[in-house]
Amino acid sequence: MADELLVVEGLKKHFPVTRGIIFQRQIDAVRAVDGVSFTINEGETLGVVGESGCGKSTMARCLLKLIEPTEGKIVFRGRDISKLSRREMRPLRREMMMVFQDPYASLNVRKRVGFIVAEALEVHGIATPAERKRRVQSLLEVVGLNPEHYNRFPHEFSGGQRQRIGIARALAINPTLIVCDEPVSALDVSVQAQILNLLKDLQKEFGLTYIFIAHDLNVVRHISDRVMVMYLGKPVELASRTELYTAPKHPYTGALLGAVPIPDPALGRLRQRVVLEGDVPNPINPPAACNFHPRCPRFHEGHCDVETPELRNVAGHAHTTACHYPLEKWPMTPQEIRYDRSRTAAVGS
Amino acid sequence: MTALLEVRDLRTQFQTEDGFVKAVDGVDFTVESGKTIGIVGESGCGKSVTCLTIMGLNERRNTTSSGEVLFNGEEILGASGSRLRSLRGKEIAMIFQDPMTSLNPVHTVGRQLVETVLLHNDISKAEARARAREALKEVGIPRAEQRVDDYPHQFSGGMRQRAMIAMAMINDPKLLIADEPTTALDVTTQAQILSLMQKLQEDHGTAIVMITHDLGVVAETAHEVVVMYAAKVVERGTVDAIFTAPQHPYTWGLLGSLPRLDAEIDRLAQIPGQPPSLLNPPRGCRFHPRCAYVMDVCREKVPELMGVSHDAAHEQACFLDEETKTREAARLFAATMAAGTSG
Amino acid sequence: MVQYLVRRLLWAVVLFLAVTIVTYVIFFLVPANPARLAAGQAATPERVALVEERLGLNDPIYEQYWGFLKRLVFDGSLGESFVDRSSVNDEIFRAAPITASLVFGAMILVLVISVPIGILSALRPRSVLDRVAMTYVLLGISLPSFWVALVLSYIFGFKLGWTPIAGYCEVVSVPQAANCGGFGDWAYHMVLPWLALAIVQAGIYVRFVRAEVMDTMTQDYVRTARAKGAPERKVMKDHILRNALLPVITILGMDIGLLLGGAIFIETVFGLNGLGGTAIRSIGQFDLPVLQGVVIFGAVAIILFTLIVDLVYAWVDPRIRLT
Repeated sequence: MADELLVVEGLKKHFPVTRGIIFQRQIDAVRAVDGVSFTINEGETLGVVGESGCGKSTMARCLLKLIEPTEGKIVFRGRDISKLSRREMRPLRREMMMVFQDPYASLNVRKRVGFIVAEALEVHGIATPAERKRRVQSLLEVVGLNPEHYNRFPHEFSGGQRQRIGIARALAINPTLIVCDEPVSALDVSVQAQILNLLKDLQKEFGLTYIFIAHDLNVVRHISDRVMVMYLGKPVELASRTELYTAPKHPYTGALLGAVPIPDPALGRLRQRVVLEGDVPNPINPPAACNFHPRCPRFHEGHCDVETPELRNVAGHAHTTACHYPLEKWPMTPQEIRYDRSRTAAVGS
Repeated sequence: MTALLEVRDLRTQFQTEDGFVKAVDGVDFTVESGKTIGIVGESGCGKSVTCLTIMGLNERRNTTSSGEVLFNGEEILGASGSRLRSLRGKEIAMIFQDPMTSLNPVHTVGRQLVETVLLHNDISKAEARARAREALKEVGIPRAEQRVDDYPHQFSGGMRQRAMIAMAMINDPKLLIADEPTTALDVTTQAQILSLMQKLQEDHGTAIVMITHDLGVVAETAHEVVVMYAAKVVERGTVDAIFTAPQHPYTWGLLGSLPRLDAEIDRLAQIPGQPPSLLNPPRGCRFHPRCAYVMDVCREKVPELMGVSHDAAHEQACFLDEETKTREAARLFAATMAAGTSG
Repeated sequence: MVQYLVRRLLWAVVLFLAVTIVTYVIFFLVPANPARLAAGQAATPERVALVEERLGLNDPIYEQYWGFLKRLVFDGSLGESFVDRSSVNDEIFRAAPITASLVFGAMILVLVISVPIGILSALRPRSVLDRVAMTYVLLGISLPSFWVALVLSYIFGFKLGWTPIAGYCEVVSVPQAANCGGFGDWAYHMVLPWLALAIVQAGIYVRFVRAEVMDTMTQDYVRTARAKGAPERKVMKDHILRNALLPVITILGMDIGLLLGGAIFIETVFGLNGLGGTAIRSIGQFDLPVLQGVVIFGAVAIILFTLIVDLVYAWVDPRIRLT
């Protein structure tokens, strides 16, 4: 297809765990990303959601080749970039930018805003200094900052304004793809709304493609066209946002949606809550087969802990999930939670 | 019956190099036994400082507080150090935002629980240890007998927050102040912690002050809500009143800027600008520079908290007339309300 | 834990070899003929050649080193002095206790001075005490220790006559010819050297302790402790100090090398015949084996001490996992 911008196949990133007295030998690996595949079309937003430790940030860094993936293919505009050297990557860097979570930590505090935003232009040798300045000022205006603030330092700005600077920096060289790693999670709600609106406006204006990584399901729903849910380095469900949020198929997605507090007390009281017990297991030694099985309310012994479920289509058009017993109804009814283990309890709120 | 906690006209200011910061500027609320009150607002609105002031935990050197804090009818603002210490951890307990840093890394979890018991009870160390084990069991730590001797770093984030809750509840306090207890946690862990707190509240009849920026958490846990903006209370009422008939434009802004799980909204209603500096807050209503409904009076006069005509328990501090408010609220929330009722 | 220990010990061996090679090579590459020095200025060329032969200076350097290493490892011998053919081991065993008294005494004194001042300073930032302490820190950083030693010995030893200006007294096994001995005399003679070495170091540590305590006071777990109703004294003792002093102790352990270096000057000023004095004398006489012995002994002491500090740290701080 012509408008496929990025195709990812079987992406893995394992961090070695070594031991040894003099010679370090690898005894194990942290399976941070363990087989992720997806396609993203030009102009769309793919939301990636999951709890801390699910590998979403590591995946983002692999996609931009900020770290080397262990395995898998990353095809950008029809070209496999997973094996490219740093040098070969350089021209491609103009196409892909990243916006980080902590707007303060990701900006050089000793540099003026003008320099920070213009740096990418300079690195890629774009434009003369005078043109650069004009470009930076127009960018600052685009992201809703005062162009006069060109000569200020990052500490003179509030958190939301710093995130705007981060976005202006990412936009400077007209990228196609922007990977946003938790761009609003450090911000207050009112400021968060400003940034989300800004990202949406910019997408319309410049035809940007976003990969939007966040732990906040509300935010992901708001901004994404399609959403991928990750658990322990693997995607468990991938669907359009409406389908994912109104008819989730994977029990983990169901648990996540059920756990998000709704800012509507009347609705909240009606809701059946499935509280997942326990913590996310250690990615060094993840559970066998379906790695969600020890916490799953629909666990079937002898199946889920033996056979690994593959991502497969469950509901017509491109709604995929990796589960042997996908949810049939949403919201989940207590009857639907077939396996009633003592550790898992349906709690009505 | 008198309220468990009554806060009247509480003011706290810090002396900084740049001048006085009025972090809390005339806050009133009451907490009834066994109920949960949610205090919401964005960072820097004074919600945490309010609670630290109640506990007497502000730095003494550069802080001055005034007003009244009545706990069971007893004035505890400015009470002696020893009186406050006998209340803290015994009658009033507190849990904090970051469970990763709120436990002392060099002591075992058990030792920290035992310390809390021994500070307020004249019992033997062995009895205190037995209580510590019981407390860990009650908050759902698996294999509590062994894990009592673990160090905090051996616990996951959710477990540490459970341990913090165990430590807070171990002396069966009447009031639990929870300062953003789930903000640092993942959503499934947050759900665990919130149900645990709810269960403990039912079992022990503890009153909870829940400080949070998350309106969802407030909606699910609180009976009453206090909305704070720039060190002042702008609105307060029952949870249903605040969420179904909000009266203050700031509350509208907060609700409107929230992406919703239960509704698809194309564009969020954002509040323009930034929260003001408390060093030099705006004259008149502190929200007026960001308010879409600003009138001349808002720039001059400070609005007082006033009852809403049809609901005496619902108070708000805005000069707009009720008719406009009802109309605007209905217009602003048409989308989410419709989605809410249909979903 | 065991594996960590083994790895650290192996590294210590590698480090030890590196130190011996470097010192050996450097000392034997210096453009002076030790044999000539050993034989004396007026010696005939034959005499010099004879001495060269006897000292093994004609062999290739790697053979010399190998011989040296073999003796060191298997006999534990650091060789013989060029000057008087006495055993370097004996010389070091005589000198080491003096330097050790100086360094460890000073270390304790550093803590005794810096911990209380640092804590008080942290509790009352910008108070008069804090300002005085910070002035002291500035002096500590900028004053050279030998100058402090000279001033101390001038004021307390010479002008006031409170303390001896020079000399060392054995604590145990006092030689018969000695005119002093025992713990009291030992300490009495060491007071000024300790002070001289410690005062300067302690200045740096005051600032360090202050920073650590202030940092720890703002930690969330300290607030938790107060929220439990713990009294201030208990908060300080159980929650602040233990966390704040851990890094201080570690750095002090690492700084033993620094103190050893400082000890050389102090020993010279106070006429203490410790390792520093021995080293300086051997430099003057070009007595390479002795100088080499001192350097190697010092290096081994530092390696071992650092290892001990690491182990202690891991034992006190449960977060450190030794793998």
